Amino acid sequence: MSEYLAVLLFAVAGIGIVLITFGISRLLRPHNPYPEKNVTYECAEETVGPSWIQFNNRFYIFALIFVIFDVEAIFLFPWAVAFGQLGLFALVEVTLFLMILFFGLFYAWKKGVLKWV
Amino acid sequence: MERLELKHIFSWLHDLLVSTGLGEPWLSVVTYLMLGAMMFGALSVIALFLVWWERKISAHVQQRFGPMRNGWHGWYQTIMDAIKLLQKEDVRVTNRDKFVFFWAPVICFVAAFLAYIVIPFGDGLIVADFNIGILYIMAVTTFTIISLLMAGWGSNNKYALLGGMRSAAQMVSYEIPMVASILVVIVYSGSLSMVDIVESQSGMIFNWFIFKLPFGPIAFITYIIAATAEANRVPFDLPEAEHELVAGFNIEYSGMKFAMFFLAEFVNMFTVSAIAVTLFFGGWNGWLLPSWLWFLGKTLLVVLLLMLFRWSYPRLRVDQLMEFAWKFLVPLTFANLLVGAAFKYLGWYW
Repeated sequence: MSEYLAVLLFAVAGIGIVLITFGISRLLRPHNPYPEKNVTYECAEETVGPSWIQFNNRFYIFALIFVIFDVEAIFLFPWAVAFGQLGLFALVEVTLFLMILFFGLFYAWKKGVLKWV
Repeated sequence: MERLELKHIFSWLHDLLVSTGLGEPWLSVVTYLMLGAMMFGALSVIALFLVWWERKISAHVQQRFGPMRNGWHGWYQTIMDAIKLLQKEDVRVTNRDKFVFFWAPVICFVAAFLAYIVIPFGDGLIVADFNIGILYIMAVTTFTIISLLMAGWGSNNKYALLGGMRSAAQMVSYEIPMVASILVVIVYSGSLSMVDIVESQSGMIFNWFIFKLPFGPIAFITYIIAATAEANRVPFDLPEAEHELVAGFNIEYSGMKFAMFFLAEFVNMFTVSAIAVTLFFGGWNGWLLPSWLWFLGKTLLVVLLLMLFRWSYPRLRVDQLMEFAWKFLVPLTFANLLVGAAFKYLGWYW
């Protein structure tokens, strides 16, 4: 278990090094802000309306389908590791499992969910 | 003849550390922090080299010279660029979301950096060999998506938000075929540990999984397509499409914050190539030359492939991108997974 300490310490080291480079850059760089410079960039036009707006819900539908497939990936990882010892039963089982999932995907496909526009 | 292996240097360093008489919890803390600092140094050198290499390759593809002024064929051009970026003013938009805007580049880099704990650079050259190695890489590199969304949201800019949303949609879509192509390899290796995967490919060249799997080339090609999309590289670089989104999620970033996104992009490119080498091309396995040199050479060849993609193919449209992932790659990779498992059960491989 102690080897997972590496994850924590690498994260600490990574964040630390990035913040140190930001600090070094702060010492070296000029600092001269004025209102026109700090305006949101919008192709040399003044910004129209707020930027935090409602979004195309396609993005969320794809995220939903992704969640289903990602949960399935969690089931498939242990299956793949143990497949050598499990044999035919596991193969049939996973084929059925994937068929049910892909039935859902094809249903979404036929309903036009996967179409972007 | 003894091969020049780097692990002797590291075991010597470890003995040196033990001889100072440090107790156990602190010993591993110091070891991992030092390894983290070394890894950061190595990754910076690799990223600087890759940027220079990419510029040279793009130049030669287009029959130009590329950087020529700084040293032999401009070899220290990117070092000068890094120094320049260090001195650039940090322009901050007034109406940004301060917290999110600041931490996005940090998280982006750390997510790319954490993957290097389990990447086997050579025989014995791995920071920690987790028994869930490849699953761990898939888990931590996913944080890149969050950081890009944070950058898009925090900038309070329509282009940036659109770029962030697109990159999230693209990366989650290509995550599925990537996982499915990796699973085929796991079925044959029977382990998630990166060291075990490499060791199960030792011996001759036909033990490499790209040759050993029944449809190894298909698994590799689908993996490399998904990996290109995961690393936001052309032809899948919709999130930063220069002609429509100007620069996507990093439009409002400048100076060192931009440099962190840029560094993370090249580190990610090296990560996906290193995973491809570990899974399909036998990792550090080779003969005569030291193992770390084999690993580095193979990885740079895969990186070269990604770079040639960039300069050969035009960018896709966003609808083509998503439909290609869900209607073609997902069914293909899962079919390949089932066929691979069936062949494994029947014993139709060597």
